[in-house]
Amino acid sequence: MSGFALRRAAQSLVVLLGVSLAVFALVHLVPGDPVRLALGTRFDQATYDALRERAGLDQPLPAQYLQWIGGAVRGDLGVSFRSGEPVTALILERLPATLSLALGSIVVALLIAVPLGTASALRPRSAVDGLGTVVSQIGISVPEFWMGIMLILLFAGTLGWFPAGGYVPFARDPAGWLHSLVLPAVTTGLVSGSVLTRFTRSSVLEALSAEHVRTARAKGLGPRAVLSWHVLRNAMLPLVTVTGVQLAYLLSGVVVVEIVFAWPGLGQLALQAVEARDYPLLQGAVLLFAVVFLLLNLGVDLLYGRLDPRIAA
Amino acid sequence: MSAPVLEVADLRVRLETPRGPAHVVDGLDYAVGAGETVAIVGESGSGKSVSVLALLGLLPASATVTGTASFGGRDLLAMSEAELRGVRGNGIGMVFQDPMTSLNPVLSVGRQLTEGLLAHGVVTGRAAARARAADLLADVGLPDPRGALERYPHELSGGMRQRVVIAIALAGEPRLLVADEATTALDVTVQAQIVDLVTRLQAEHGTAVVWITHDLGVVAGIADRVLVMYGGRCVEDGGVDDVFDAPAHPYTRGLLGALPARVDAQRGPGRRAPDLVAIAGTPPPPTELPRGCVFWPRCPVRGDVRCETEQPPLVRVGGTDPRPHRAATFYGREIP
Ligand SMILES: Nc1ncnc2c1ncn2[C@@H]1O[C@H](COP(=O)(O)OP(=O)(O)OP(=O)(O)O)[C@@H](O)[C@H]1O
Ligand SMILES: [Mg+2]
Repeated sequence: MSGFALRRAAQSLVVLLGVSLAVFALVHLVPGDPVRLALGTRFDQATYDALRERAGLDQPLPAQYLQWIGGAVRGDLGVSFRSGEPVTALILERLPATLSLALGSIVVALLIAVPLGTASALRPRSAVDGLGTVVSQIGISVPEFWMGIMLILLFAGTLGWFPAGGYVPFARDPAGWLHSLVLPAVTTGLVSGSVLTRFTRSSVLEALSAEHVRTARAKGLGPRAVLSWHVLRNAMLPLVTVTGVQLAYLLSGVVVVEIVFAWPGLGQLALQAVEARDYPLLQGAVLLFAVVFLLLNLGVDLLYGRLDPRIAA
Repeated sequence: MSAPVLEVADLRVRLETPRGPAHVVDGLDYAVGAGETVAIVGESGSGKSVSVLALLGLLPASATVTGTASFGGRDLLAMSEAELRGVRGNGIGMVFQDPMTSLNPVLSVGRQLTEGLLAHGVVTGRAAARARAADLLADVGLPDPRGALERYPHELSGGMRQRVVIAIALAGEPRLLVADEATTALDVTVQAQIVDLVTRLQAEHGTAVVWITHDLGVVAGIADRVLVMYGGRCVEDGGVDDVFDAPAHPYTRGLLGALPARVDAQRGPGRRAPDLVAIAGTPPPPTELPRGCVFWPRCPVRGDVRCETEQPPLVRVGGTDPRPHRAATFYGREIP
């Protein structure tokens, strides 16, 4: 077990190093002078040079990279061009909102996908299966922003059950946090949920046709024991992987939904950084997304190793 | 002779297929007594597996099963799903063909053994269940039974896995064991070990055994009676010696003709015999069974005018009265 975990962790580190190089290169290869852009019309040579020097842009690229990555290891991602605040602080400030939305969405997605996908697989071509197909079609084909706006119009406007937007920190007001989370989480959860419903259906169908299911029935187990221990337990394995990918996607900032719901998450932050050519902020955000992605993959692999005895050995 | 453990009468199974209804089993009669072994042989697709799955209600819900199958004085085919659940893994144990796939890869051997014990209330409590499971594994010859409880199927060899499957089948001390090609997927030497194991356990517990196989060597070695299936029907049955010494049906003669002449001298468990392929042509699809004799299209001796239009009845051609040798052909010598 620990050998497997260590090997995977080492792999992740190597990948992370590569990603950081790529991020750095990409940001610095994009044409345009960020300092000039940040200064706008108040341009004078002395301020320009001072700013360049402060950001370290006067040094050769390899030195800049080493300085950046050295800082990143210690949690220092530099200073935002635009606001002058530390990038780490800016990101940490946005993290709770993004985490809340991602976790809320994945909960909504699983609550839709597992029961609906399982029921569809148990009764193919039945009414439930039809419902599953319709729900996943809607989730896949309707754009998120449109879905978000419709939900706002109905549940915030007409019915007035939930706020139309804005994020309430959990620490300040747990009930308000949940209340503010429902509509955005349902919007993104429906999309992830429709992908996962499809996936659950096919995994369960495959697990159902496995021969060991017949052995389980031939033992005299009841339908519930057969379903939970010999069908769902096995169908869960591929589902864990796909859920991990969905979660990573949700954590990398669902920009459109964050904008529709005025949700102060990382997606918005990254978008602002791009618009303002705020190098340090952009680099920091992209690096964070990469770390999140790698950590999730690592977590999924380790979980998979625990769930599937054939892997861990 | 006491009442048979299982008595099947006029078993018929109709399955819905994309190409229409298929009469996959078309009137089977047989009985198995305590300590007795009945072998069912026949080419692939002749309905062997379906005929035993039907007994335990393990076919898809769309299957139509008729006839009777009396087991312990009750008709399996008339039982509710809940009643059948009480028989599965309890009164009747099943062993399937491929131990690579018939065990759940993500559950430990111990878990897969104890869940049946607990479901049937053979024992109460996890500790007692594990103790009993370890005994069962020791019984089927697994080294280090306690340790094996923690193992997963992929950590065991094919032969060891099949022993685990047999232990699961025997968990409820069944009066009937059904082995559906239990040795087909195994190496020749391992096949012999598994055959020996089942024969030993059968002798110890007086279990009745229905043994489905392609291997006529195994049939000769362990079966008391043999039932030859073709196109869902029984074309010949009887005591193994009667059928092997004087096969009456052209199909049986074809099967036995495919065996090396030495097989008689070799009769013993686990001897590998060639598969049943030596007869030219293929069996008819169960959706398009011929009107007359099912074997007619491939029969080397057909000629009787009735073959094409009439189903030959299964009539006695030899044997003794309570244990007749019967065949369904117009070419047998019927004994009234
Ligand atoms: N669930 C099912 N639905 C439809 N047809 C089926 C089903 N199961 C089996 N059949 C068909 O029933 C026929 C008999 O199948 P069965 O599995 O009983 O054959 P078998 O004698 O056991 O063959 P084998 O030696 O290959 O195991 C075959 O034609 C098969 O295609
Ligand atoms: Mg079969």
